Amino acid sequence: MRKDNEKCIGSEALVGGLSGESAACDWTQHLPVQGGGALGRRKTEAGDAGRQYGGDGRRESQPGQGAAHRAGAVGEGRRWEEHPLHRAGPGAAARREEALIKQFVSDVAWGELDFLIVDTPPGTSDEHISTVEALRPHQLLGAVLVTTPQAVSVGDVRRELTFCRKAGLHILGIVENMSGFVCPHCSECTNIFSKGGGEELAKHAGVPFLGCVPLDPQLSQSLEEGRDFIQEFPKSSAFPALTHIAQQILDTSQRSS
Amino acid sequence: VSPVPHWCPRHPSPQQQRPPRQRLGTAGARPRPRRRRRRKSPLETARATLFPVGQVGCFVFQVALLDIDICGPSIPKIMGLEGEQVHQSGSGWSPVYVEENLGVMSVGFLLSSPDDAVIWRGPKKNGLIKQFLRDVDWGEVDYLIVDTPPGTSDEHLSIVQYLSATRIDGAVIVTTPQEVSLQDVRKEINFCRKVKLPIIGVVENMSGFVCPKCKNESQIFPPTTGGAEKMCQNLSVSLLGKVPLDPQIGKSCDRGQSFLAEAPESPATLSYRNIIQRIQEYCEQHHLQEEKRM
Repeated sequence: MRKDNEKCIGSEALVGGLSGESAACDWTQHLPVQGGGALGRRKTEAGDAGRQYGGDGRRESQPGQGAAHRAGAVGEGRRWEEHPLHRAGPGAAARREEALIKQFVSDVAWGELDFLIVDTPPGTSDEHISTVEALRPHQLLGAVLVTTPQAVSVGDVRRELTFCRKAGLHILGIVENMSGFVCPHCSECTNIFSKGGGEELAKHAGVPFLGCVPLDPQLSQSLEEGRDFIQEFPKSSAFPALTHIAQQILDTSQRSS
Repeated sequence: VSPVPHWCPRHPSPQQQRPPRQRLGTAGARPRPRRRRRRKSPLETARATLFPVGQVGCFVFQVALLDIDICGPSIPKIMGLEGEQVHQSGSGWSPVYVEENLGVMSVGFLLSSPDDAVIWRGPKKNGLIKQFLRDVDWGEVDYLIVDTPPGTSDEHLSIVQYLSATRIDGAVIVTTPQEVSLQDVRKEINFCRKVKLPIIGVVENMSGFVCPKCKNESQIFPPTTGGAEKMCQNLSVSLLGKVPLDPQIGKSCDRGQSFLAEAPESPATLSYRNIIQRIQEYCEQHHLQEEKRM
Protein backbone atom coordinates (compact mmCIF):
# COMPACT_ATOMS: atom_id res chain seq x y z
CA MET A 1 0.00 0.00 0.00
CA ARG A 2 1.39 3.43 -0.82
CA LYS A 3 1.03 6.55 1.21
CA ASP A 4 -1.03 9.36 -0.33
CA ASN A 5 1.98 11.63 -0.50
CA GLU A 6 4.11 9.09 -2.32
CA LYS A 7 4.74 10.01 -5.87
CA CYS A 8 5.88 8.08 -8.80
CA ILE A 9 9.31 8.92 -10.06
CA GLY A 10 9.78 9.01 -13.76
CA SER A 11 12.49 10.24 -15.97
CA GLU A 12 12.19 13.78 -14.60
CA ALA A 13 14.05 12.48 -11.56
CA LEU A 14 17.03 11.90 -13.75
CA VAL A 15 19.17 15.00 -13.61
CA GLY A 16 19.43 16.66 -17.00
CA GLY A 17 16.87 14.48 -18.74
CA LEU A 18 17.44 11.39 -20.76
CA SER A 19 19.50 12.13 -23.77
CA GLY A 20 21.07 14.59 -26.08
CA GLU A 21 23.44 16.13 -23.58
CA SER A 22 27.02 15.26 -23.85
CA ALA A 23 29.01 16.63 -20.97
CA ALA A 24 31.80 17.64 -23.29
CA CYS A 25 34.99 18.37 -21.52
CA ASP A 26 37.86 20.19 -23.13
CA TRP A 27 40.25 17.67 -21.74
CA THR A 28 42.28 17.65 -24.95
CA GLN A 29 43.24 21.30 -24.59
CA HIS A 30 45.44 20.25 -21.71
CA LEU A 31 47.37 17.78 -23.83
CA PRO A 32 50.87 19.03 -24.64
CA VAL A 33 51.44 20.28 -28.19
CA GLN A 34 55.06 19.27 -28.08
CA GLY A 35 56.45 16.31 -26.31
CA GLY A 36 58.56 13.33 -26.89
CA GLY A 37 57.84 9.66 -26.59
CA ALA A 38 55.45 7.39 -28.43
CA LEU A 39 51.87 7.39 -27.32
CA GLY A 40 51.61 5.29 -24.23
CA ARG A 41 55.31 4.49 -23.95
CA ARG A 42 55.78 6.52 -20.82
CA LYS A 43 53.48 6.49 -17.82
CA THR A 44 51.63 9.75 -17.81
CA GLU A 45 49.56 11.86 -15.52
CA ALA A 46 45.93 12.37 -16.39
CA GLY A 47 45.61 14.66 -19.40
CA ASP A 48 49.16 14.30 -20.53
CA ALA A 49 49.76 11.93 -23.46
CA GLY A 50 53.03 11.78 -25.34
CA ARG A 51 52.95 11.91 -29.11
CA GLN A 52 55.22 10.71 -31.83
CA TYR A 53 55.93 13.12 -34.62
CA GLY A 54 56.19 11.93 -38.18
CA GLY A 55 58.66 13.21 -40.71
CA ASP A 56 56.35 15.89 -41.98
CA GLY A 57 55.84 17.33 -38.50
CA ARG A 58 52.31 15.96 -38.13
CA ARG A 59 51.81 14.08 -34.94
CA GLU A 60 50.92 10.51 -35.66
CA SER A 61 50.92 7.07 -34.17
CA GLN A 62 51.29 3.91 -36.18
CA PRO A 63 48.58 1.23 -36.13
CA GLY A 64 49.84 -1.68 -34.12
CA GLN A 65 51.31 0.44 -31.35
CA GLY A 66 48.66 -0.81 -29.01
CA ALA A 67 50.07 0.59 -25.82
CA ALA A 68 47.79 3.62 -25.73
CA HIS A 69 45.65 2.10 -23.03
CA ARG A 70 48.69 2.04 -20.77
CA ALA A 71 48.89 5.81 -20.62
CA GLY A 72 48.32 6.70 -17.03
CA ALA A 73 48.32 3.08 -15.84
CA VAL A 74 48.66 2.64 -12.10
CA GLY A 75 52.31 1.94 -11.61
CA GLU A 76 53.93 -0.59 -9.40
CA GLY A 77 54.00 0.52 -5.81
CA ARG A 78 51.66 3.42 -6.45
CA ARG A 79 48.65 3.50 -4.18
CA TRP A 80 45.24 3.82 -5.77
CA GLU A 81 44.48 6.81 -3.54
CA GLU A 82 47.45 8.64 -5.04
CA HIS A 83 46.51 7.91 -8.62
CA PRO A 84 45.35 10.90 -10.63
CA LEU A 85 42.19 9.05 -11.72
CA HIS A 86 41.17 8.64 -8.09
CA ARG A 87 42.00 12.25 -7.26
CA ALA A 88 40.24 13.46 -10.38
CA GLY A 89 37.14 11.67 -9.22
CA PRO A 90 34.42 9.83 -11.11
CA GLY A 91 34.08 11.09 -14.67
CA ALA A 92 37.82 11.33 -15.22
CA ALA A 93 37.91 7.94 -16.90
CA ALA A 94 35.20 9.03 -19.32
CA ARG A 95 37.10 12.18 -20.23
CA ARG A 96 40.23 10.21 -20.93
CA GLU A 97 38.29 7.79 -23.09
CA GLU A 98 36.86 10.64 -25.11
CA ALA A 99 40.31 12.10 -25.68
CA LEU A 100 41.72 8.73 -26.66
CA ILE A 101 38.97 8.00 -29.17
CA LYS A 102 39.50 11.43 -30.78
CA GLN A 103 43.18 10.62 -31.08
CA PHE A 104 42.51 7.21 -32.61
CA VAL A 105 40.42 8.86 -35.30
CA SER A 106 42.52 11.92 -36.03
CA ASP A 107 46.09 10.93 -35.15
CA VAL A 108 46.43 7.40 -36.45
CA ALA A 109 47.95 7.18 -39.96
CA TRP A 110 45.34 4.82 -41.38
CA GLY A 111 46.30 5.58 -44.94
CA GLU A 112 43.75 5.37 -47.76
CA LEU A 113 40.81 3.32 -46.59
CA ASP A 114 37.70 1.90 -48.17
CA PHE A 115 36.13 1.08 -44.80
CA LEU A 116 36.85 2.07 -41.23
CA ILE A 117 35.05 -0.38 -38.96
CA VAL A 118 34.61 0.66 -35.36
CA ASP A 119 34.03 -2.04 -32.78
CA THR A 120 32.21 -0.58 -29.77
CA PRO A 121 31.41 -2.00 -26.36
CA PRO A 122 27.75 -2.77 -25.66
CA GLY A 123 25.46 0.06 -24.62
CA THR A 124 25.01 3.75 -25.38
CA SER A 125 27.77 5.27 -23.39
CA ASP A 126 30.77 7.57 -23.57
CA GLU A 127 32.51 5.53 -26.23
CA HIS A 128 29.50 5.65 -28.53
CA ILE A 129 28.94 9.36 -28.04
CA SER A 130 32.64 10.10 -28.55
CA THR A 131 32.91 7.89 -31.62
CA VAL A 132 29.93 9.49 -33.33
CA GLU A 133 31.24 12.95 -32.53
CA ALA A 134 34.74 12.11 -33.75
CA LEU A 135 33.53 10.54 -36.98
CA ARG A 136 30.82 13.06 -37.80
CA PRO A 137 33.03 15.13 -40.13
CA HIS A 138 33.65 11.98 -42.16
CA GLN A 139 31.30 9.95 -44.31
CA LEU A 140 29.55 7.78 -41.72
CA LEU A 141 27.94 4.88 -43.54
CA GLY A 142 25.97 3.68 -40.55
CA ALA A 143 25.70 1.29 -37.65
CA VAL A 144 25.26 -2.46 -37.50
CA LEU A 145 23.55 -3.58 -34.32
CA VAL A 146 24.17 -7.07 -33.01
CA THR A 147 21.82 -8.86 -30.68
CA THR A 148 21.25 -12.38 -29.46
CA PRO A 149 17.74 -13.75 -29.97
CA GLN A 150 16.73 -13.38 -26.31
CA ALA A 151 14.34 -10.71 -25.17
CA VAL A 152 16.84 -9.47 -22.57
CA SER A 153 19.37 -8.70 -25.30
CA VAL A 154 16.77 -7.31 -27.68
CA GLY A 155 15.66 -5.00 -24.89
CA ASP A 156 19.11 -3.40 -24.78
CA VAL A 157 19.35 -3.14 -28.54
CA ARG A 158 16.02 -1.28 -28.72
CA ARG A 159 17.69 1.45 -26.69
CA GLU A 160 20.70 1.36 -28.98
CA LEU A 161 18.36 1.91 -31.93
CA THR A 162 17.05 5.00 -30.18
CA PHE A 163 20.61 6.20 -29.69
CA CYS A 164 21.30 5.83 -33.41
CA ARG A 165 18.18 7.78 -34.29
CA LYS A 166 18.96 10.58 -31.86
CA ALA A 167 22.55 10.73 -33.08
CA GLY A 168 21.41 10.87 -36.70
CA LEU A 169 23.25 7.63 -37.39
CA HIS A 170 21.91 5.56 -40.27
CA ILE A 171 21.08 2.00 -39.23
CA LEU A 172 22.52 -0.48 -41.70
CA GLY A 173 20.68 -3.32 -40.03
CA ILE A 174 20.42 -5.84 -37.22
CA VAL A 175 22.33 -9.10 -36.91
CA GLU A 176 21.02 -11.91 -34.73
CA ASN A 177 24.09 -13.62 -33.26
CA MET A 178 24.28 -16.96 -31.42
CA SER A 179 21.16 -17.96 -33.28
CA GLY A 180 20.86 -21.71 -32.87
CA PHE A 181 23.41 -24.47 -32.43
CA VAL A 182 23.63 -27.57 -34.59
CA CYS A 183 25.07 -30.48 -32.64
CA PRO A 184 28.11 -31.83 -34.52
CA HIS A 185 27.30 -35.35 -33.31
CA CYS A 186 23.65 -35.72 -34.25
CA SER A 187 22.85 -32.53 -36.24
CA GLU A 188 20.00 -31.64 -33.86
CA CYS A 189 19.49 -27.88 -33.80
CA THR A 190 18.95 -26.34 -30.34
CA ASN A 191 18.01 -22.70 -29.85
CA ILE A 192 20.15 -22.17 -26.77
CA PHE A 193 19.38 -18.45 -26.65
CA SER A 194 15.90 -18.66 -28.18
CA LYS A 195 15.29 -17.67 -31.80
CA GLY A 196 13.86 -14.89 -33.84
CA GLY A 197 14.22 -11.97 -31.43
CA GLY A 198 16.54 -10.03 -33.73
CA GLU A 199 14.35 -10.51 -36.78
CA GLU A 200 11.27 -9.42 -34.87
CA LEU A 201 13.07 -6.35 -33.60
CA ALA A 202 14.13 -5.38 -37.10
CA LYS A 203 10.55 -5.72 -38.31
CA HIS A 204 9.21 -3.72 -35.34
CA ALA A 205 11.80 -0.98 -35.82
CA GLY A 206 11.54 -0.85 -39.60
CA VAL A 207 15.22 -1.52 -40.19
CA PRO A 208 16.86 -4.17 -42.39
CA PHE A 209 17.45 -7.59 -40.90
CA LEU A 210 20.89 -8.67 -42.09
CA GLY A 211 20.79 -12.28 -40.97
CA CYS A 212 21.24 -14.91 -38.27
CA VAL A 213 24.69 -16.18 -37.27
CA PRO A 214 24.56 -19.59 -35.61
CA LEU A 215 26.75 -20.67 -32.70
CA ASP A 216 29.78 -22.25 -34.32
CA PRO A 217 32.71 -23.69 -32.35
CA GLN A 218 34.92 -23.30 -35.43
CA LEU A 219 34.22 -19.57 -35.47
CA SER A 220 35.06 -19.33 -31.77
CA GLN A 221 38.23 -21.35 -32.31
CA SER A 222 39.46 -19.22 -35.19
CA LEU A 223 38.80 -16.02 -33.24
CA GLU A 224 40.82 -17.41 -30.38
CA GLU A 225 43.72 -18.26 -32.64
CA GLY A 226 43.57 -15.09 -34.72
CA ARG A 227 42.93 -17.06 -37.91
CA ASP A 228 41.01 -15.96 -40.97
CA PHE A 229 37.71 -17.75 -40.50
CA ILE A 230 36.45 -16.94 -43.98
CA GLN A 231 39.52 -18.45 -45.64
CA GLU A 232 39.90 -21.48 -43.40
CA PHE A 233 36.37 -22.64 -42.71
CA PRO A 234 34.29 -22.08 -45.83
CA LYS A 235 32.18 -25.15 -45.03
CA SER A 236 31.27 -24.20 -41.47
CA SER A 237 27.75 -23.26 -40.45
CA ALA A 238 28.51 -19.60 -39.79
CA PHE A 239 30.24 -19.01 -43.14
CA PRO A 240 27.18 -18.47 -45.36
CA ALA A 241 25.58 -16.22 -42.73
CA LEU A 242 28.64 -13.99 -42.32
CA THR A 243 29.30 -13.67 -46.05
CA HIS A 244 25.64 -12.82 -46.69
CA ILE A 245 25.74 -10.10 -44.03
CA ALA A 246 28.97 -8.67 -45.43
CA GLN A 247 27.52 -8.65 -48.95
CA GLN A 248 24.46 -6.69 -47.85
CA ILE A 249 26.65 -4.08 -46.18
CA LEU A 250 28.80 -3.81 -49.31
CA ASP A 251 25.70 -3.43 -51.47
CA THR A 252 24.41 -0.67 -49.20
CA SER A 253 27.72 1.15 -49.35
CA GLN A 254 27.82 0.95 -53.14
CA ARG A 255 24.30 2.29 -53.39
CA SER A 256 25.10 5.21 -51.12
CA SER A 257 28.36 6.24 -52.89
CA VAL B 1 3.85 -10.76 15.73
CA SER B 2 2.43 -7.32 14.89
CA PRO B 3 0.79 -6.94 11.50
CA VAL B 4 2.76 -5.32 8.74
CA PRO B 5 1.95 -1.59 8.77
CA HIS B 6 -0.04 -0.48 5.72
CA TRP B 7 2.64 2.06 4.89
CA CYS B 8 5.46 -0.50 4.93
CA PRO B 9 7.13 -0.43 1.51
CA ARG B 10 7.77 -4.15 1.80
CA HIS B 11 4.10 -4.88 1.67
CA PRO B 12 3.63 -5.43 -2.03
CA SER B 13 1.08 -3.30 -3.83
CA PRO B 14 -1.68 -5.09 -5.76
CA GLN B 15 0.32 -4.42 -8.94
CA GLN B 16 3.35 -6.15 -7.49
CA GLN B 17 1.61 -9.24 -6.15
CA ARG B 18 2.42 -12.36 -8.04
CA PRO B 19 2.45 -16.09 -7.21
CA PRO B 20 5.10 -16.76 -4.57
CA ARG B 21 8.32 -18.17 -5.91
CA GLN B 22 9.61 -21.44 -4.67
CA ARG B 23 12.05 -20.79 -1.87
CA LEU B 24 15.31 -22.64 -2.06
CA GLY B 25 16.23 -25.07 0.65
CA THR B 26 13.10 -24.57 2.71
CA ALA B 27 10.87 -27.45 3.60
CA GLY B 28 7.26 -26.87 4.53
CA ALA B 29 6.68 -24.67 7.54
CA ARG B 30 10.30 -24.31 8.50
CA PRO B 31 10.89 -21.27 10.73
CA ARG B 32 12.67 -18.37 9.07
CA PRO B 33 15.30 -16.89 11.39
CA ARG B 34 16.36 -13.37 10.51
CA ARG B 35 19.82 -12.09 11.01
CA ARG B 36 19.85 -9.47 13.72
CA ARG B 37 22.24 -6.61 13.62
CA ARG B 38 22.82 -3.52 15.66
CA ARG B 39 20.97 -0.70 14.00
CA LYS B 40 23.35 1.13 11.71
CA SER B 41 22.87 2.68 8.31
CA PRO B 42 21.71 0.00 5.89
CA LEU B 43 24.76 0.30 3.71
CA GLU B 44 27.08 -0.07 6.68
CA THR B 45 25.53 -3.33 7.69
CA ALA B 46 24.93 -4.78 4.27
CA ARG B 47 27.48 -7.04 2.81
CA ALA B 48 28.08 -5.34 -0.47
CA THR B 49 28.96 -7.70 -3.23
CA LEU B 50 29.28 -7.05 -6.91
CA PHE B 51 27.31 -9.91 -8.44
CA PRO B 52 23.71 -11.05 -8.94
CA VAL B 53 22.18 -13.72 -6.67
CA GLY B 54 18.81 -14.58 -5.19
CA GLN B 55 17.71 -16.39 -2.08
CA VAL B 56 20.24 -18.65 -0.47
CA GLY B 57 20.25 -21.66 1.79
CA CYS B 58 17.70 -22.31 4.49
CA PHE B 59 17.74 -18.83 5.94
CA VAL B 60 15.77 -16.00 4.45
CA PHE B 61 18.08 -13.09 3.94
CA GLN B 62 17.08 -9.53 3.17
CA VAL B 63 18.66 -8.91 -0.20
CA ALA B 64 18.98 -5.68 -2.14
CA LEU B 65 19.82 -5.87 -5.84
CA LEU B 66 21.19 -2.71 -7.43
CA ASP B 67 21.51 -2.55 -11.20
CA ILE B 68 24.15 0.00 -12.21
CA ASP B 69 24.23 -0.93 -15.88
CA ILE B 70 22.72 2.43 -16.72
CA CYS B 71 22.77 1.99 -20.50
CA GLY B 72 21.56 -1.60 -20.58
CA PRO B 73 19.34 -2.15 -17.53
CA SER B 74 18.26 -5.77 -17.86
CA ILE B 75 17.55 -6.56 -14.22
CA PRO B 76 13.87 -5.47 -14.27
CA LYS B 77 13.13 -7.93 -17.07
CA ILE B 78 15.15 -10.77 -15.55
CA MET B 79 13.43 -10.31 -12.19
CA GLY B 80 9.95 -10.15 -13.72
CA LEU B 81 9.53 -6.48 -12.80
CA GLU B 82 9.17 -4.86 -16.21
CA GLY B 83 6.77 -1.96 -16.15
CA GLU B 84 7.07 -1.39 -12.40
CA GLN B 85 7.69 2.11 -11.12
CA VAL B 86 9.67 3.62 -8.28
CA HIS B 87 7.70 5.33 -5.55
CA GLN B 88 9.02 8.04 -3.29
CA SER B 89 8.09 8.71 0.30
CA GLY B 90 9.49 10.75 3.14
CA SER B 91 12.13 8.14 3.78
CA GLY B 92 13.35 8.05 0.22
CA TRP B 93 12.86 6.06 -2.94
CA SER B 94 11.31 2.66 -2.42
CA PRO B 95 12.99 -0.26 -4.11
CA VAL B 96 10.73 -2.42 -6.21
CA TYR B 97 10.17 -5.71 -4.44
CA VAL B 98 10.24 -9.05 -6.17
CA GLU B 99 9.36 -10.62 -2.86
CA GLU B 100 9.27 -9.34 0.67
CA ASN B 101 12.97 -9.96 1.12
CA LEU B 102 14.27 -9.06 -2.33
CA GLY B 103 14.25 -5.39 -3.34
CA VAL B 104 15.54 -4.11 -6.65
CA MET B 105 16.58 -0.73 -8.02
CA SER B 106 17.40 0.00 -11.64
CA VAL B 107 17.26 2.93 -14.02
CA GLY B 108 14.94 0.68 -16.02
CA PHE B 109 12.15 1.57 -13.56
CA LEU B 110 12.61 5.26 -14.28
CA LEU B 111 12.28 4.98 -18.06
CA SER B 112 8.81 5.35 -19.52
CA SER B 113 9.35 3.25 -22.62
CA PRO B 114 11.39 0.16 -23.51
CA ASP B 115 12.84 2.22 -26.36
CA ASP B 116 14.14 5.04 -24.16
CA ALA B 117 17.90 5.29 -24.34
CA VAL B 118 20.10 6.66 -21.58
CA ILE B 119 22.76 8.48 -23.52
CA TRP B 120 24.90 9.88 -20.78
CA ARG B 121 28.54 10.47 -20.20
CA GLY B 122 30.27 9.22 -17.11
CA PRO B 123 29.60 12.10 -14.68
CA LYS B 124 25.83 11.87 -15.11
CA LYS B 125 25.82 8.10 -14.71
CA ASN B 126 27.88 8.48 -11.59
CA GLY B 127 25.38 11.00 -10.23
CA LEU B 128 22.59 8.49 -10.63
CA ILE B 129 24.60 5.75 -8.96
CA LYS B 130 25.13 8.10 -6.05
CA GLN B 131 21.39 8.74 -5.89
CA PHE B 132 20.70 5.03 -5.88
CA LEU B 133 22.98 4.60 -2.89
CA ARG B 134 21.95 7.72 -1.01
CA ASP B 135 18.27 8.20 -1.72
CA VAL B 136 16.91 4.66 -1.94
CA ASP B 137 15.33 3.44 1.29
CA TRP B 138 16.82 -0.04 1.23
CA GLY B 139 15.95 -0.71 4.85
CA GLU B 140 17.99 -3.24 6.77
CA VAL B 141 19.56 -5.65 4.36
CA ASP B 142 21.80 -8.64 4.76
CA TYR B 143 23.21 -8.50 1.25
CA LEU B 144 23.56 -5.63 -1.19
CA ILE B 145 24.33 -7.04 -4.61
CA VAL B 146 25.46 -4.70 -7.36
CA ASP B 147 25.12 -5.78 -10.97
CA THR B 148 27.68 -3.94 -13.08
CA PRO B 149 28.15 -3.62 -16.83
CA PRO B 150 31.16 -5.40 -18.32
CA GLY B 151 34.53 -3.72 -18.16
CA THR B 152 36.33 -1.40 -15.78
CA SER B 153 34.66 1.86 -16.45
CA ASP B 154 33.24 4.86 -14.61
CA GLU B 155 30.48 2.79 -13.08
CA HIS B 156 32.99 0.44 -11.49
CA LEU B 157 35.20 3.24 -10.25
CA SER B 158 32.22 5.10 -8.84
CA ILE B 159 30.65 2.22 -7.00
CA VAL B 160 33.95 1.29 -5.39
CA GLN B 161 34.56 4.88 -4.35
CA TYR B 162 31.05 5.52 -3.11
CA LEU B 163 30.98 2.30 -1.12
CA SER B 164 34.46 2.75 0.29
CA ALA B 165 33.00 3.82 3.66
CA THR B 166 31.29 0.48 4.05
CA ARG B 167 32.81 -2.96 3.88
CA ILE B 168 32.58 -4.40 0.41
CA ASP B 169 32.92 -8.13 0.79
CA GLY B 170 34.17 -8.53 -2.72
CA ALA B 171 33.58 -9.00 -6.40
CA VAL B 172 32.47 -11.98 -8.41
CA ILE B 173 33.79 -11.87 -11.94
CA VAL B 174 32.04 -13.78 -14.71
CA THR B 175 33.77 -15.02 -17.83
CA THR B 176 33.25 -17.47 -20.66
CA PRO B 177 35.93 -20.11 -21.34
CA GLN B 178 37.46 -18.34 -24.35
CA GLU B 179 40.75 -16.48 -24.25
CA VAL B 180 39.03 -13.45 -25.79
CA SER B 181 36.88 -13.21 -22.67
CA LEU B 182 39.68 -14.13 -20.25
CA GLN B 183 41.77 -11.27 -21.59
CA ASP B 184 39.12 -8.83 -20.44
CA VAL B 185 38.71 -10.61 -17.13
CA ARG B 186 42.41 -10.41 -16.35
CA LYS B 187 42.07 -6.64 -16.66
CA GLU B 188 39.08 -6.73 -14.35
CA ILE B 189 41.03 -8.77 -11.81
CA ASN B 190 43.81 -6.23 -12.10
CA PHE B 191 41.31 -3.43 -11.55
CA CYS B 192 40.01 -5.09 -8.39
CA ARG B 193 43.54 -5.44 -7.06
CA LYS B 194 44.41 -1.83 -7.84
CA VAL B 195 41.35 -0.47 -6.05
CA LYS B 196 41.81 -2.99 -3.21
CA LEU B 197 38.54 -4.72 -3.91
CA PRO B 198 38.69 -8.32 -2.67
CA ILE B 199 37.88 -10.92 -5.27
CA ILE B 200 35.44 -13.54 -4.07
CA GLY B 201 36.11 -15.55 -7.19
CA VAL B 202 35.50 -16.17 -10.87
CA VAL B 203 32.56 -17.95 -12.48
CA GLU B 204 32.97 -19.60 -15.85
CA ASN B 205 29.70 -19.16 -17.71
CA MET B 206 28.58 -20.91 -20.91
CA SER B 207 30.90 -23.74 -20.01
CA GLY B 208 29.92 -26.57 -22.31
CA PHE B 209 26.63 -27.68 -23.80
CA VAL B 210 25.03 -31.12 -23.59
CA CYS B 211 22.85 -31.88 -26.59
CA PRO B 212 19.34 -32.74 -25.35
CA LYS B 213 19.00 -35.37 -28.07
CA CYS B 214 22.25 -37.35 -28.14
CA LYS B 215 23.62 -36.18 -24.74
CA ASN B 216 27.06 -35.52 -26.21
CA GLU B 217 28.86 -32.49 -24.84
CA SER B 218 30.15 -29.74 -27.13
CA GLN B 219 32.47 -26.92 -26.21
CA ILE B 220 30.84 -24.10 -28.11
CA PHE B 221 33.27 -21.60 -26.60
CA PRO B 222 36.42 -23.70 -26.45
CA PRO B 223 38.86 -23.04 -23.61
CA THR B 224 41.83 -22.78 -25.93
CA THR B 225 44.11 -21.48 -23.17
CA GLY B 226 42.78 -23.61 -20.33
CA GLY B 227 39.66 -21.60 -19.59
CA ALA B 228 38.92 -19.91 -16.28
CA GLU B 229 40.45 -22.76 -14.33
CA LYS B 230 43.94 -22.16 -15.70
CA MET B 231 43.61 -18.40 -15.39
CA CYS B 232 42.50 -18.68 -11.77
CA GLN B 233 45.45 -20.91 -10.96
CA ASN B 234 47.84 -18.46 -12.58
CA LEU B 235 46.37 -15.46 -10.79
CA SER B 236 45.68 -17.14 -7.43
CA VAL B 237 41.97 -16.43 -7.59
CA SER B 238 39.22 -18.88 -6.64
CA LEU B 239 37.22 -20.54 -9.35
CA LEU B 240 33.74 -20.57 -7.84
CA GLY B 241 32.24 -22.83 -10.46
CA LYS B 242 31.34 -23.48 -14.08
CA VAL B 243 27.83 -22.97 -15.40
CA PRO B 244 26.92 -25.00 -18.48
CA LEU B 245 24.72 -23.67 -21.27
CA ASP B 246 21.05 -24.47 -20.75
CA PRO B 247 18.34 -23.05 -23.02
CA GLN B 248 16.03 -22.79 -20.03
CA ILE B 249 18.29 -20.12 -18.47
CA GLY B 250 17.65 -17.69 -21.31
CA LYS B 251 13.94 -18.51 -21.35
CA SER B 252 13.61 -17.91 -17.61
CA CYS B 253 15.43 -14.59 -17.87
CA ASP B 254 13.19 -13.50 -20.71
CA ARG B 255 10.06 -14.46 -18.80
CA GLY B 256 11.27 -12.97 -15.54
CA GLN B 257 11.08 -16.31 -13.76
CA SER B 258 13.46 -17.97 -11.37
CA PHE B 259 15.51 -20.49 -13.33
CA LEU B 260 16.32 -22.37 -10.14
CA ALA B 261 12.60 -22.87 -9.55
CA GLU B 262 11.75 -23.63 -13.19
CA ALA B 263 14.53 -26.18 -13.74
CA PRO B 264 15.54 -27.61 -10.37
CA GLU B 265 17.07 -30.72 -11.93
CA SER B 266 19.24 -28.95 -14.46
CA PRO B 267 23.03 -29.36 -14.09
CA ALA B 268 23.18 -25.55 -14.34
CA THR B 269 20.97 -25.30 -11.24
CA LEU B 270 23.34 -27.52 -9.30
CA SER B 271 26.22 -25.39 -10.47
CA TYR B 272 24.48 -22.15 -9.43
CA ARG B 273 23.67 -23.52 -6.00
CA ASN B 274 27.26 -24.56 -5.41
CA ILE B 275 28.48 -21.14 -6.49
CA ILE B 276 25.99 -19.39 -4.21
CA GLN B 277 27.07 -21.53 -1.30
CA ARG B 278 30.72 -20.73 -1.88
CA ILE B 279 29.97 -17.03 -2.04
CA GLN B 280 27.98 -17.24 1.16
CA GLU B 281 30.79 -19.10 2.91
CA TYR B 282 33.27 -16.50 1.73
CA CYS B 283 31.12 -13.66 3.02
CA GLU B 284 30.63 -15.37 6.38
CA GLN B 285 34.36 -15.86 6.71
CA HIS B 286 35.03 -12.27 5.70
CA HIS B 287 32.46 -10.99 8.17
CA LEU B 288 33.95 -13.04 11.02
CA GLN B 289 37.42 -11.72 10.27
CA GLU B 290 36.10 -8.16 10.26
CA GLU B 291 34.40 -8.67 13.60
CA LYS B 292 37.57 -10.10 15.14
CA ARG B 293 39.49 -7.06 13.94
CA MET B 294 36.99 -4.66 15.55
